[in-house]
Amino acid sequence: MVDNTSSNGVTRPGPLREFWYYFRENRGAVIGFWFFVGFVFCAAFAPWLSPYDPTEQFRDHILQPPVWEEGGSWTYPLGTDPLGRDMLSRLISGARYSFFVGIVVVSISASSGIIFGLLSGFAPRWLDSVIMRVMDIILAFPSLLLALVLVAILGPSLTNAMIAIAIVLQPHFVRLTRASVLAERQKDYVTSARVAGAGGRRLMFITVLPNCLAPIIVQGALSFSSAILDAAALGFLGMGAQPPTPEWGTMLAESREFILRAWWVVTLPGLAILVTVLAINLMGDGLRDALDPKLKRS
Amino acid sequence: MLRFVLSRLLTFLPTFFGVTLISFAFIRVLPGDPIIVMAGERGMTDERYQEMVVKLGFDKPMLQQYWDYLTGILQGDLGESFVTKQPVWDEFFKLFPATVELSICAMILAIALGLPAGVIAAVNRGKFFDRALMTSALIGYSMPIFWWALLLIIVFSGNLGWTPVSGRIDLLYYFDDVTGFMLIDSVLSGQEGAFKSAARHLILPTIVLGTIPLAVIARQTRSAMLEVLGEDYIRTAKAKGLSPQRINGVHALRNALIPVVTVIGLSVGTLLAGAILTETIFSWPGIGKWMVDSIFRRDYPVVQGGLLMIAVIVMIVNLSVDMLYGVINPKIRKR
Repeated sequence: MVDNTSSNGVTRPGPLREFWYYFRENRGAVIGFWFFVGFVFCAAFAPWLSPYDPTEQFRDHILQPPVWEEGGSWTYPLGTDPLGRDMLSRLISGARYSFFVGIVVVSISASSGIIFGLLSGFAPRWLDSVIMRVMDIILAFPSLLLALVLVAILGPSLTNAMIAIAIVLQPHFVRLTRASVLAERQKDYVTSARVAGAGGRRLMFITVLPNCLAPIIVQGALSFSSAILDAAALGFLGMGAQPPTPEWGTMLAESREFILRAWWVVTLPGLAILVTVLAINLMGDGLRDALDPKLKRS
Repeated sequence: MLRFVLSRLLTFLPTFFGVTLISFAFIRVLPGDPIIVMAGERGMTDERYQEMVVKLGFDKPMLQQYWDYLTGILQGDLGESFVTKQPVWDEFFKLFPATVELSICAMILAIALGLPAGVIAAVNRGKFFDRALMTSALIGYSMPIFWWALLLIIVFSGNLGWTPVSGRIDLLYYFDDVTGFMLIDSVLSGQEGAFKSAARHLILPTIVLGTIPLAVIARQTRSAMLEVLGEDYIRTAKAKGLSPQRINGVHALRNALIPVVTVIGLSVGTLLAGAILTETIFSWPGIGKWMVDSIFRRDYPVVQGGLLMIAVIVMIVNLSVDMLYGVINPKIRKR
């Protein structure tokens, strides 16, 4: 492994501390990071954090405004929706769905994308061409349209929406991995590993892949936010999570007709989406700055 | 140069066939029988069913079906809509100008605001302006545009009553399509107030659709400008005593534009994806809304044909951008 002491005796910080050192310099990224931690916390402990069951209907309190508005009360701090469900509980539970979507989509698209990208970078030319042309085909369709059509084939549900979004986002990982692999493959350390007798799989996953990870991690963060956005858009169009699931996009679609009567039922779910996506994108920018060796000043 | 063009065309062809293959497969991998769907709730007799199977060519071998489909496409035959019984090709081109008009307006907005914002941010790097502009750009980039549209409707249509909520023009006005672009047709019609009405209908959809491209262009312009501002010829220009306006506006911006132009060209796909949401919310009669409606109505030939047409348009635009880029920047051709 890497020698932690340089010649003049100064110890080099561990990779995580070094990463945090650079990441900390970007204030926006740190703010985004803490928002993201809050989001994950909500997602993890949603059932304990939310005051009510997100699908429980309080028929006597339909469209009650938030506490700071006239007519609001602390019983329902962020008000209730057209069916009398507590907005706060639904928003907290919604974090769970969005987080789930992000994790699942990024895991599927990144892992398959990395495998295809590595294959494409190492494979003979014809296989490389085949893989890249298939990716070109997927990229020719506007992402949301392809996801919509895939969901139309598979049937509207959150699971199918996630599969569709993963398929749509995957080519970016393939291209990115392939490009880094092609750059890395020329380098001496790869040649020496090959000369030392490393097999194809070892070269791909142990020698080259760790050195290609930086841009893939950044892309992972960006895909996480686009997955949340796309899933919410599909939910909004009625092709994602189905009511009464408290998914943020679906909540927006359900309350659209009350837009002029009760601003909070429309504003709050959208705000939740925006803040989450913004936090992740801020973090992604910070990640890029911290992981990109070209930008490091020392 | 010819070799460059040919090599690009050569990668275009397999993608084109792949896209046709996907849209061909679409109707065949759907759960359920498209003919039963077409019959609707009334159902159909066995005889009629067999007739439809022959008419749609489902009785032939798969390869033959694909061949027929492909030759049909090349002759502009995309089948007929289940619902309106009109050729999909005609419907597409009837609605396409509405989407193009909206997209052009959105792009103009995005460029007109995004370029100066990026330049100002880059020139004031690290200062207040830079931070404020880039924070707004990141917010725009992270915006769920369907929500953004609803917010704008609440404020501008609901509270202030400045803009209409849906459609392309007030029902008061009627005139024939000449170009398909409402802004131009309304002027040609000579009716008083028609142009104003068309423009008012365009404002909110344009803002909504332009938001993400605007943010992308601002961010891209800033980073391209920062890269260029560090170059030697900028230092030379400064040493010659040129004014900052001239250095930033002419020497730097012109060189920074190359990556920006590429981003603009490649955002056609993003625009069309955004058009799906924007048109649905504002009931804008373009291809985005048409596609969504058709998906819900299970009008499969329309979905199939629309999917293909949109993909082919995106591909042609990307190919042209690619070639143009090769013309502007000779370095690319050599690869």
